[in-house]
Amino acid sequence: MFDWWENIVDTLVYETWGMSSDTALGSAVHFFIYDTIKIFILLVSIIFLISLLRTYFNTEKVRVYLQGKSEFTGNILAALFGIITPFCSCSAIPLFLGFMQARIPVGITFSFLISAPLNNEIAIAMLFGLFGWEITLLYISFGLLVAILGGYFIGIIPNIQKYILIPITPMEGELEDIKIKLTLIQRINEAKDYTIDIFKKIYLYVIIGIGIGAFIHGYIPADFIAKYAGGDAWYTVPLAVLMGIPMYSNTAGVMPLVEVLTSKGMLLGSALAFMMAVTALSLPEAMILKRILHTKLIAIFFTIVGFGILLVGYVFNMIL
Amino acid sequence: MKLEILGTGCAKCKALENVVKEAVAKVGGFHQVVKVEDIMEIMKYNVVSTPALVIDGVVKSTGKLLNVQEVIDLMNG
Repeated sequence: MFDWWENIVDTLVYETWGMSSDTALGSAVHFFIYDTIKIFILLVSIIFLISLLRTYFNTEKVRVYLQGKSEFTGNILAALFGIITPFCSCSAIPLFLGFMQARIPVGITFSFLISAPLNNEIAIAMLFGLFGWEITLLYISFGLLVAILGGYFIGIIPNIQKYILIPITPMEGELEDIKIKLTLIQRINEAKDYTIDIFKKIYLYVIIGIGIGAFIHGYIPADFIAKYAGGDAWYTVPLAVLMGIPMYSNTAGVMPLVEVLTSKGMLLGSALAFMMAVTALSLPEAMILKRILHTKLIAIFFTIVGFGILLVGYVFNMIL
Repeated sequence: MKLEILGTGCAKCKALENVVKEAVAKVGGFHQVVKVEDIMEIMKYNVVSTPALVIDGVVKSTGKLLNVQEVIDLMNG
């Protein structure tokens, strides 16, 4: 797909600038230019497509659709909706309370709350650009599994209502969908604005991430990485998860590093666990939810999701 | 016209309030702009993603930051 671009960069770096592909500098510079532009093209196109698709699904629609669904079916649907619904952690409170108001079980709401940030458009675009569609698909499927089971297990906690600090009276009857009409041009414009907005926010992180990645690519020997990040020692996966938690909102900068580490011998399970921890275990989101949820429930939420991610990591390290 | 901005106080909600004020100034005439921050009040509009814009009691947009022209179009439409 990007052969044409690789040829251009080959000519530029190795011929015009006269660097050798055997030197650390040559290979780092080549990697940096090739990857940055490739990722930028993919980021912009994927984010645009996802945000265009998303203009057809708002969270209000999801709520109407989820009400009255049974456990498990509801968990599966909620996790799937998490992929295509726009979600910002600043909306976590109205979302949580609004779902309760519609009598959607807490466990199903959590399936959505786990899946939405996990399957955010930046993570999907970066994964696709750096690792290809197979790994992206694996990430999404196992992310869905964590969201479905995580929400399900939270849902079967007895007396879960007592951990919710704001009492909500469930509404009577069925919810009506809010009708907002948009023309295709409006949707395209909206998707375009959104893409530009996201791009402005993350491009610097991407450049820095790929820059550090290029340095590692060119200068740090593979056995060094394999020794410290790639081993199959039991603690690499939990370590990856713990390191992922404070990286929130830096998906764009972190992913290029993970790609380089993987190509230099880090096991893919540890890498996936790390990326899932970055997106799903978000401290800012926890702080926001603390306003309406008991700390104990948030701790349970983090523990269950963290445990799920650990399992994904271990399973992958074993089979891949 | 009564324009209500529903938002719990996130950055986008504040930004939408400013956009709405600007749109109202451009359109001219007398319009009431209200910021609704109480989560219980927001719930009453069946809105679960903020910021949302309500014009004369009808929800016109949810979960996004509109620009001035979009708000003007919604006021006219």
